[in-house]
Amino acid sequence: MYAALWRRLPGPAWARVVQSVLLLAAVIAFCFLWLFPRIAPFMPFNETTVEDPVALVTSIDDWSVRR
Amino acid sequence: MTVYAVRRTAGELLITAGCFLLLFASWQLWWTDVESNAKASESVENFLGLIEDPKTPPPPLDPNGIPVTIGKDGVFAVMYVPRFGKEWRRPIVQGTKWYPLTRGIGHYEKTVGPGKVGNFSLAGHRTTYGRPFHNIDRLQDGDRLIIETATTYFVYEVTSHDIVAPTAVEVVAPVPDQPGRTPTTPMITLTSCHPKFSAAQRYVVHGTLVTTAPRKGGLDGAYWAVPEGAVS
Repeated sequence: MYAALWRRLPGPAWARVVQSVLLLAAVIAFCFLWLFPRIAPFMPFNETTVEDPVALVTSIDDWSVRR
Repeated sequence: MTVYAVRRTAGELLITAGCFLLLFASWQLWWTDVESNAKASESVENFLGLIEDPKTPPPPLDPNGIPVTIGKDGVFAVMYVPRFGKEWRRPIVQGTKWYPLTRGIGHYEKTVGPGKVGNFSLAGHRTTYGRPFHNIDRLQDGDRLIIETATTYFVYEVTSHDIVAPTAVEVVAPVPDQPGRTPTTPMITLTSCHPKFSAAQRYVVHGTLVTTAPRKGGLDGAYWAVPEGAVS
């Protein structure tokens, strides 16, 4: 899998290393900034209060400031 | 595909899955602190800027005595705990579900507002998401908990603490631990997870109101004094 990816990247070895690092950074950024914040509320260890812990993954942006 | 290639791909997928889990753990344990702390200091600054502004009307209180939130971050008060150091301050937002607790300290919506007769109850993370109550176990009886709203400083003093099961919701009853009784004094309750990095129990701190002061005149310096052995 990773060997195939390596073969597909263009350029000399050093350029492929740079591209691999950039790809990895992009994957980490995607996980940290988009994916993980969305799956975290469903983790059992994040259900820290007794009330309904989450009904809000879809409504993060319209969390009302005047409740 | 040869057997060898299948095996190798399966191995790579398993290693990838392992790395993914480690990545999630580091996000949860480290990055949520970075993000929530940055957001919390920003919303404290926004809130303080707005309440300093004479153009901001004083917020009305809802029937429970909770001030309406000011600004886009949903903040209605700022909390200071001298035991946690001079610099320590956190926004208080409405609600104790997952999202509000990532933005600051959450107010149990069904409990009274600051300074009111009853039990002003707050929840905060012990670890992750800015961990406002990381050192809740270092609070001692007599320590001050200062709440600043748009109009008033409320100073509470710690009177007791307890470690209970997560189901012990009576700690936030109007008279703590005595549901059904009618309160006669203004009290405060802080709740957080216990032990650190676990949600098996709750660490609970109770306190009682000792004084209030109008925000404009400021609060006597003695109340801000950082106690011996403060956690920095």
